[in-house]
Amino acid sequence: MTGDRLSPLWQLTLWRTREFLREPEAVFWVFAFPIILSLALGIAFKNRAPDNVKVAIPAGAGAAELKAALDANGGKKLETLVLDSAEAYNRLRTGGVSLLVIPGEPVTLRYDSTRQESDIARLVVASALQEAGGRRDVRTIGEVRVTEPGSRYIDFLIPGLLGMNIMGTGLWGIGFGLVSARQRKLLKRFLATPMRKSNFMLAFMLSRLVFLTLEVVSVVVFAWAVFSIPVRGSVLAIAGVVLLGATSFAGVGLLVASRARTIEGVSGLMNLVMMPMWICSGVFFSWSRFPEAVQPFIRLLPLTALNDALRAVMIDGESLVGVAGLLGVVATWGLVTFGVAFKIFRWN
Amino acid sequence: MSPPAVSCHGLIKRYDKVVAVDGLDLEVAAGECFGMLGPNGAGKTTTVEMIQGLIPPDGGTVQLFGLPWEGNEADLRQRLGTALQETKLPEKLSVIETLRLFRSFYRKSVSEETVLELVQLQEKRDSWVNKLSGGQRQRLAVACALVCDPDILFLDEPTTGLDPQSRRQLWDVINQFRSRGGTVVLTTHYMEEAEQLCDRVGVVDHGKMIALGSPKQLIAGLGAEHVVDFAVAGEAVLGDAELSALPGVTRVHHEDGHTRLTVQRVHQTLPALMALVGGRNIQLAELTTHHATLEDVFMSLTGRHLRDG
Repeated sequence: MTGDRLSPLWQLTLWRTREFLREPEAVFWVFAFPIILSLALGIAFKNRAPDNVKVAIPAGAGAAELKAALDANGGKKLETLVLDSAEAYNRLRTGGVSLLVIPGEPVTLRYDSTRQESDIARLVVASALQEAGGRRDVRTIGEVRVTEPGSRYIDFLIPGLLGMNIMGTGLWGIGFGLVSARQRKLLKRFLATPMRKSNFMLAFMLSRLVFLTLEVVSVVVFAWAVFSIPVRGSVLAIAGVVLLGATSFAGVGLLVASRARTIEGVSGLMNLVMMPMWICSGVFFSWSRFPEAVQPFIRLLPLTALNDALRAVMIDGESLVGVAGLLGVVATWGLVTFGVAFKIFRWN
Repeated sequence: MSPPAVSCHGLIKRYDKVVAVDGLDLEVAAGECFGMLGPNGAGKTTTVEMIQGLIPPDGGTVQLFGLPWEGNEADLRQRLGTALQETKLPEKLSVIETLRLFRSFYRKSVSEETVLELVQLQEKRDSWVNKLSGGQRQRLAVACALVCDPDILFLDEPTTGLDPQSRRQLWDVINQFRSRGGTVVLTTHYMEEAEQLCDRVGVVDHGKMIALGSPKQLIAGLGAEHVVDFAVAGEAVLGDAELSALPGVTRVHHEDGHTRLTVQRVHQTLPALMALVGGRNIQLAELTTHHATLEDVFMSLTGRHLRDG
């Protein structure tokens, strides 16, 4: 008989933490993967100067004069080529040039008006031609060029990736652990003990929070060091949003894994749950690009609310009170899924 | 007098249309070691899991120490140790960490070190579970059951798949637990195990208890205590009637070209059998005799071997 009592919650949390830390692949997915992903996307979408405007003139009478006029008045951004007629049309069709300038009286511009770069080319070429023809600017316009941290794509992306990771660890971490314990009949073995079920579930959530904290800190520090992501909100407010998000997605993970008997089954379910949110919830691009009719539904998704709250707090320096509505959506998802999961959970 | 450790009446469990347990009654006294013997799929596991309150019965009642599960779960779970069939303990925890995890669930417990010594796993104290052999894993599973200092121990096929030495080590552990007054309910399809460990044995087949008693009583129930097993060479045939007429023979059974005679006294039957064979000029290809076992009991009850499943 021993006198020292052990805390079951602590022992269960230790179990989950140890099993995770002793699995090298899992450690890679949690820590290295988000950083590699943000690095790759950050480089791919790094802000750079817009491409030059490329236009072509089919060779023939008047082509040389036209090129001279455009070179003189179009500025450094306009690149004009004189090409054999068939080649010029071919380049227009395949996107090699944005627009054809066909000599004659009047000069004709041939382009596809649904292509953004063609539309820009039309403005640049038309203006150059008018200037060559004698038009003069009637007023001066000043310009200030900026690259403001906070308004770049990477600034949009990093909070979205954080949100996606919070969802991912919540679902994968909890779902896999639970279903594999069920498959191994370990859940049934625990059921035969006086273990409290709430302790068991809480331990899963707590061990996730430990890793999530480390994961979020590593991604934020990385993004700040490499991409100078602004962190304008208070650290406490960011931590609050992250913790709430993690807890809620742990609830979603519990629900998804509450009855599945096999790893294959639960994987399918998780992809089904996560896929729409990867696409709709503003991870890689803003949800405002979707038609207005579906936006109210998108805004009710937990990841949409979490991403919006993360962006508001991190990039715009919003306080927790300022994002209370969004946090309400996140919390509601957590409470409902946790409650349902607890009710329908399968121990056998 | 204290209430029985286990008492269940009319237990029924159906899976879809298959009746796994079919109106089973059972009482196990405190301090007794009770063995449920039967082939795979007989309903043993379903029965012990219903007794442990892990799956709800479709009919019948279960009481442990006179208490139904309903309303007493928290208390009963404190008194029960178990090793379920097919439970795989976490692979990446060490032996000591696993024991500590299980101990944390209980109010009353014995130290990890004490239990380790009991199951002879001290040397593996810090090894991960995935580095243990089958026998060591099974002893760890029993250690997890014993760490709460239980009043009753459930072991579902504790030695299936183990080598003879590991099996004996586990028997020692079970006997030690019994010597301190613990009650044991185990299932097995090894007759030797039941004979070695159990005070009483219940033979289960198709979800029903078809025989119940001490191993001795069950064997005595055959009406004879020995078995003569022989095979004849060539095509020769000995009729059932002539074999039954030999002195002391109570039963004749043919299987795979062998004939098994259940007999009361080998020394009377054997000379008569030899005389019969010699008189007919038949050659014996094989001849063995053994004390009747629970296997023979099961065969005489069902006409099948225990391990046929």
